[in-house]
Amino acid sequence: MRDVAVIGIGMTKWGELWEKSLRTIFVETALLAIDDAGVDRLDSMVVGCMSSGLFIGQEHLTSLLSDYLGKNPVPAARVESACSSGGLALRQGFIEVASGMSDIVLVGGVEKMTDVTGCEATYALGTAADQEYEGYHGLTFPALYAMMAVAHMHKYGTTREQLAMVAVKNHENGSKNPLAQFPFKISVEAVLQSVLVADPLHILDCSPITDGAAAVILCPADMAKKMKKPVVRITGSGHATDTIALSSRKDMAWLESTHLAGQKALAMAGQKIGDIDLFEVHDCFTIAEIMITEALGLVEQGRGGKAVEEGLTALKGKFPVNPSGGLKAKGHPVGATGVAQAVEVIKQLRGEAGERQVKGAKRGLTQNMGGTGGSSLVHVFEAD
Amino acid sequence: MAGIVGYGAYIPRNRIKVEEIAKVWGADAPGYKKGLMLEEKSVPSPDQDTITMAVEASKNALKRAGIDPKAIGAVYVGSESHPYAVKPSGTVLAEAINATPEVHTADLEFACKAGTEGMFIALSLVQVGAVEYGLAVGADTSQGAPGDALEYSAAAGAAAFIFGKDKVVAEALQTYSFTTDTPDFWRREYQYYPQHGGRFTGDPAYFKHITGAAEGILAKAGMKPADFDYVIFHQPNGKFPFRVGEMLGFTKKQIEPGWLVSKLGNTYSASSPLGLTATLDISKPGDMILIVSYGSGAGSDAFIFRVTERIDEVKALAPKTRDLLDKNKVYIDYGVYAKYRRKIRKAE
Amino acid sequence: MPNPSKYWREIPQRYRLEAGKCTKCGFIAFPPRLVCPQCGNRKFEKTKLADSGTILTFTIIRVPPHQFEDQAPYAVGIAELDDGVRLTAQIVDCDSGVLKIGMRVRIEFRKIYEEGAAGVIYYGYKFVPA
Repeated sequence: MRDVAVIGIGMTKWGELWEKSLRTIFVETALLAIDDAGVDRLDSMVVGCMSSGLFIGQEHLTSLLSDYLGKNPVPAARVESACSSGGLALRQGFIEVASGMSDIVLVGGVEKMTDVTGCEATYALGTAADQEYEGYHGLTFPALYAMMAVAHMHKYGTTREQLAMVAVKNHENGSKNPLAQFPFKISVEAVLQSVLVADPLHILDCSPITDGAAAVILCPADMAKKMKKPVVRITGSGHATDTIALSSRKDMAWLESTHLAGQKALAMAGQKIGDIDLFEVHDCFTIAEIMITEALGLVEQGRGGKAVEEGLTALKGKFPVNPSGGLKAKGHPVGATGVAQAVEVIKQLRGEAGERQVKGAKRGLTQNMGGTGGSSLVHVFEAD
Repeated sequence: MAGIVGYGAYIPRNRIKVEEIAKVWGADAPGYKKGLMLEEKSVPSPDQDTITMAVEASKNALKRAGIDPKAIGAVYVGSESHPYAVKPSGTVLAEAINATPEVHTADLEFACKAGTEGMFIALSLVQVGAVEYGLAVGADTSQGAPGDALEYSAAAGAAAFIFGKDKVVAEALQTYSFTTDTPDFWRREYQYYPQHGGRFTGDPAYFKHITGAAEGILAKAGMKPADFDYVIFHQPNGKFPFRVGEMLGFTKKQIEPGWLVSKLGNTYSASSPLGLTATLDISKPGDMILIVSYGSGAGSDAFIFRVTERIDEVKALAPKTRDLLDKNKVYIDYGVYAKYRRKIRKAE
Repeated sequence: MPNPSKYWREIPQRYRLEAGKCTKCGFIAFPPRLVCPQCGNRKFEKTKLADSGTILTFTIIRVPPHQFEDQAPYAVGIAELDDGVRLTAQIVDCDSGVLKIGMRVRIEFRKIYEEGAAGVIYYGYKFVPA
């Protein structure tokens, strides 16, 4: 296997991009990554997208995107793993370069979510659950995570305020990220007073509906060195699945797929969790971040709520989690999220993260998750 | 002798009071309460319909019958509110209780007597030996037009009876039916609410047919009102059953155990059948029961039942009708009622 | 609108809670499966789930998918049935104040949703307080 480096990153401002189509959003972002890498060719493209079929009625996506990027006849594949589609695209691109199959690979993620009504978006996102045995009964994603929250609160005494503190922290970080959809601060009171979506989760516990894309360019580390670019390597990649239905889990207050993917990625990188300087994780709901910090081993099982309360995961804490603002403040165009997490980690490891820079960051980790944890992808990045 | 092997009831928990409806339409609540002896009525939740209530009532009947559902050879659902205009309620019911595929089924409609007509068919099939067991259900989620007198009474409920020749809890001694063409109440195809002939629904309709059927069955059986422990008449309001009972020579005491309407409303096809389940709940071996239904259009079915020793074994095996009526109920206001009954016009 | 086949196929599970029981390790699969996730065995015998259980977790959905708008707000939960199988369904006939972990429920047959005003009506199981 060859060492793999990230030599280019691209991300544009996220939000409700009424004037831009999916192809425009993707191409603008991909061009930024290509220009950042300074490459003049692509050997392959891998794009994560959860549901262009339901969101914009378009399948056969990568032929459309490679065409509009002006890169035909480049081989281009779309991968789908619900909200972890972006993370899966990164892993597939990584495997392609590491294996020697391709040298320069563009890994992208994209979702255009605002061309459907809120109800239709809720339905489309709901397809990441078991359609026949969860969706059939009217379950939504906020509801599934709410049930995980209820289980976690019951088992460990996690408080409603601790959940709110995750959103407050991520908005604090997001206020320093000009590309974020919601670059402003919020208070615990604001979270608790916002509209209830699925008890105990309020609207400000939930990541938003977002249009956006992210892209990175991968190549063999040897090639990257010759290009005299800042070299950031992907040193670990872990991927695990779990039951699609929440009811089938042995423990509804635990994310086994994240735990296993994390262990695999760290073992591959030869690192311990304590060696990592910053984390970009899948806070689709506030409870998710609490459970992820436990599953990755940042804190003991059941201590995730306390950790955020004590500032352990704050930007200046021992384990900065979601310096970008996370899904909560930065936005969550579902297929793009896993790639955008990588973009943030690269920025941090290059020292280009501005006001939200984690000082002296050398190693970063991304965790991207589909459904209620039916799939998880973890990647470890290290600056040379 | 053939008869009822198992019986079951189902009543939704929502109730709306007569005052609450009267308030909205500026109507005279005390008048309805006193004149029609109505206090409140049951209302189905948005997720309840004739089929769901028929299934739950039938599951209760199966618990009491203690038979293999596959031995049920015929399933009839009587209702004027079948959820589909075309597609049987009975197939859903038969599937849900695991009586498929070797089973006859059909949906019946005859205003408020479709349930008892189903009982007659199921019983007859058992008597002639065409099926081992037959299931008949009366179930309705009837609608009265907003502001109409029927809105105070149109309610929801279901009653199910399994007929057979062994394990009988009430022997069917006699049946009789009295039918004429009398347009006192109707609903045309594609119409949401029914229409009725006002006071024409009284003497030439309800009273003529019930007395006709009651007198007919008594003559056929050679019996008189005093021979019965209990009698159940169709209950479109509180007053009519007592009045018709008086006309026929029955006492209040015979009527009251099966008289549910003041707290339940008129459950249409389930009305007199629920009166029968409530009566069976309190009956003793040897008790004689007369039931006379009424369906607009118009006709009445009458049955004479004699309760057997087995009644005491089965009573506690499923919820009692009075418990369903009195326990766990929740009162809703007219706004919620209008939402539940889809009386609010929404965006397409 | 989906073809009714999608709904019809699941009727034994939706109406009667039919499940598969692994002939080797006894794992109860609901819905039925071809491979036992516990022991890998591929033989199952037909069984029926218990019709009562205990609530493990729950929530109240206030922002529903459009098919469920008329029912909102509505509670949903995961119950451990008395045979150990965990089942997800709506919890109805239940005032929100009494909803809690450990609450006993039983199964009732209800309408789940309708395919618009003219389409198929979907039925199935829901939890009600026991």
